[in-house]
Amino acid sequence: MKSSVITFPGSNCDRDMDVALKKFGFKNKMVWHDDAELPKSDLVVLPGGFSYGDYLRCGSMASKSKIMQSVVNFASSGGMVMGICNGFQILVETGLVPGVLLRNKYLEFICKNVFVKINDKKNKYFKNVNNEVLEFHIAHNEGNYFCTNDQLKEIEDNNQIAINYCDENGKIEDQFNPNGSIKNIAGIFNKEKNVLGMMPHPERMIDTSLSGEDGSLFFKNLINNLK
Amino acid sequence: MIVNEQVAVDHGLKKDEYAKICELLKRTPNITELGIFSAMWNEHCSYKSSRLHLKKLPTKGKKVIQGPGENAGVIDIEDNDAIVFKIESHNHPSFIEPYQGAATGVGGIMRDVFTMGARPIANLNSIHFGSPQNKKTKNLLRGVVHGIGGYGNCMGVPTIAGQTSFDSSYNGNILVNAMTLGLVKKDKIFYSKAAGLNKPVIYVGSKTGRDGIHGASMASASFDEKIEEKKPTVQVGDPFTEKLLLEACLELMAGDSIIAIQDMGAAGLTSSSIEMASKGNLGIEINLNKVPCRESKMTPYEIMLSESQERMLIVLENGKEEQAKKIFDKWNLDFAVIGKTTKSKKIELYFDEEKVANIPVNTLVENSPMYDRKWKKTKLPKKNKIKKEVIKHLKIINVLKKILANPNICSKEWIWQQYDHTVMGDTIQKPGGDAGVVRVHGTDKAIAASVDSSAVYCWAHPLTGGKQVVCESFRNLISVGAKPIAITNCLNFGSPENEENMGEFVECVQGIGEASDYLNFPVVSGNVSFYNQTKDQGIKPTPAIGGVGLIKDYKNMITMEFKEVDNLVLVIGKTEGHIDQSLFSRTILDEKNGPPPEVNLFNEKNNGETLLKLIDDNLIKSAHDVSLGGIITGVAKMCIKGKKGININKPKYLINEIEYLFAEDQGRYIVEINKKDFKKVADILNKNAVHFDELGTIAENELYINDKTKVTIDELSTWNKGWLLNYMSK
Repeated sequence: MKSSVITFPGSNCDRDMDVALKKFGFKNKMVWHDDAELPKSDLVVLPGGFSYGDYLRCGSMASKSKIMQSVVNFASSGGMVMGICNGFQILVETGLVPGVLLRNKYLEFICKNVFVKINDKKNKYFKNVNNEVLEFHIAHNEGNYFCTNDQLKEIEDNNQIAINYCDENGKIEDQFNPNGSIKNIAGIFNKEKNVLGMMPHPERMIDTSLSGEDGSLFFKNLINNLK
Repeated sequence: MIVNEQVAVDHGLKKDEYAKICELLKRTPNITELGIFSAMWNEHCSYKSSRLHLKKLPTKGKKVIQGPGENAGVIDIEDNDAIVFKIESHNHPSFIEPYQGAATGVGGIMRDVFTMGARPIANLNSIHFGSPQNKKTKNLLRGVVHGIGGYGNCMGVPTIAGQTSFDSSYNGNILVNAMTLGLVKKDKIFYSKAAGLNKPVIYVGSKTGRDGIHGASMASASFDEKIEEKKPTVQVGDPFTEKLLLEACLELMAGDSIIAIQDMGAAGLTSSSIEMASKGNLGIEINLNKVPCRESKMTPYEIMLSESQERMLIVLENGKEEQAKKIFDKWNLDFAVIGKTTKSKKIELYFDEEKVANIPVNTLVENSPMYDRKWKKTKLPKKNKIKKEVIKHLKIINVLKKILANPNICSKEWIWQQYDHTVMGDTIQKPGGDAGVVRVHGTDKAIAASVDSSAVYCWAHPLTGGKQVVCESFRNLISVGAKPIAITNCLNFGSPENEENMGEFVECVQGIGEASDYLNFPVVSGNVSFYNQTKDQGIKPTPAIGGVGLIKDYKNMITMEFKEVDNLVLVIGKTEGHIDQSLFSRTILDEKNGPPPEVNLFNEKNNGETLLKLIDDNLIKSAHDVSLGGIITGVAKMCIKGKKGININKPKYLINEIEYLFAEDQGRYIVEINKKDFKKVADILNKNAVHFDELGTIAENELYINDKTKVTIDELSTWNKGWLLNYMSK
């Protein structure tokens, strides 16, 4: 399986993602934002970080990068595109997934482990994951997902919510919402579910010595689903 | 502008210093030259009051590749890997503008590290605020934490450990000390020494603006009521540009075109160009019209003294300019050839085709003033008599509740959750333990780092306090299973012109030196911050020690949380019941006098090394050093983190229970072992003449003391976590 990770000026989880993808069997290439063409890929990842310093609006300037036109074309033709954290912010700015990401409710950067409940498994990202609840890691300042009521209705009708913040038993309640996201949304798909944007960083949980191993589970499953 | 004595005094120079400048130049300096002298000769850059004493610190060792004098220290961690590290203060700017002050402190120290070719892999910090009741404290804390996070998070470097304290002596002068560790290949370390004639001098990074002019001079003076007026001397940080600068510099460093490189930190272009010339015994000629400026009509004076952030000065090999420029263009950064190296041994500046400065480099560096300031020795205070009557009536649980919720003991989760501590994917021990630990990427090795200070001990008796901080750093590294290698120090003191403050400095440095020498734990880098005082009131002496150690196989790292019910808990090291200057004494007995606990360097070394041996033999399940709050506080934290209880039986001692549990004797650790290993462990400890006590057994979820006192771990956790959250949400 071939993957591509895009590096924008200010990306800082690009190397971590490269390490994770390679660990689970992807042949990964790093792609510079100013390139026009994507290499042949089965998966394109927009990594976390602070592209363009989060200036103007998080993800906004990166969404206008030269490479993004190719990424949009790739996604429109059904290609798998995953945006993590700042990558999620870039995805909403390009319009590949609906909604926006606002500043966290308590106006503070949050770095900690959270639990997320998988809402939909009829997609290549979460199909065949045995668990209902995963322990993931978040590190962000603007992860407060927001959309209009109409958008929310559409999202729910199409089953586009990927994961929600919850407790270890899968209970989705306000108190388990770290950033004020509407409906505890931690990740969301496009209508076709080939594009996934999510705040948590599975690449930081790929070995028992780190924050946990549920990231390993995610990547192992992902590569199997793509085969 | 005409330069005279008054203008020099307004620049922070003393009258005799001005006379010396005129004598060295054999003429009156012009205003640009005066500015340059004032920037180079202030306390912050010249170490004029401290140099004499810093010379006495042990700085050499088998593992030391580079000691003090470069941008940062470098130590050998084998396999051609090296760690570059340093701690630096940004106290004055952080009090005036907490967000930018703290942010640029973090940015500055990271630049010091990557200037040497190392990729930063971990950040730490030591921050100290006034009393929580002081009306400024909360906003300063919030601003500093946001600033540290704002810069470090954006750079993508994990903040893995730190220290926060509150004390009324910091009401008017907070302390913000930032430390960075970087990883480099031993054969790819870059230095600031220029070499060769007619080599191009290159300016890269952000443009130069009017921010931070005289920042270093500000940091060399005391505060008064007009402090708000100094806001324009605080630099403004742009972590995004620094991230680009980091990547661009590392890309350029992968080749072989750099002769010397130096970041523009305090005193900007002035100190960076002079330092490179001085180390290379060369001259430098700069055309200031070539310096990229952010604002129009900047004068030579402003350009030379600006402390705009995210800038570097590089001496390149001839003919490599184009190749280097391409890299900086790719990262959208300014790149300008602004001058060349010369044989004149002078710093020669041109502006609008006129020579605007012409100063022999040695007058600025070797001939800079050095003072043997008067200082006063601090006598060891008399011990207080234990107030047995008062102690008898105290309930242990009530005392423990107060201690766990004390601002200097309570959980700092609110702070470190705002720092990205997991980016780079190698953080294997997060903040909240004895030391932060990161793996050396792609290897089995890991690096442990901790930052410590004990201002109260240093205030009570500077010599003992100085030794104690080094020992605490040593213990924190050992507690996570790391072999201590070297330290960096940030020496925060009041005015050196005050005999008592100067005495505190001299004796703390002596203590640091004695301990680091004995423990083979040399000082490889550091920074002095004097004038942490408002009007006549100085801070408590606060040397902060950043320690670094190596874990050969990261899988053998130790953490402090209790692991398994029925395991035994031992206290390594002897408890004498030293209560004076303990948190117990100050908060419960309201007794502020008395000597700090005695430091016995033999015991420190012997106890620590023996524990490392036990760890190497896989006999230790968890470990934690005993420090502020004594044994019971340490045990409570191990319970909270492990979500386990303990059954404590006080060993038979002459001292009473409270003294045993809350005393702050040094050289002690709490460790968890498996029952079946007891004989082996006891044998090793006895063979090495290390005293130990059997403290108790790990239980389900309650802490019992002698079967009569008990409390649930949930309660302990609530006491410990509550204070800071409540304080910040009010």
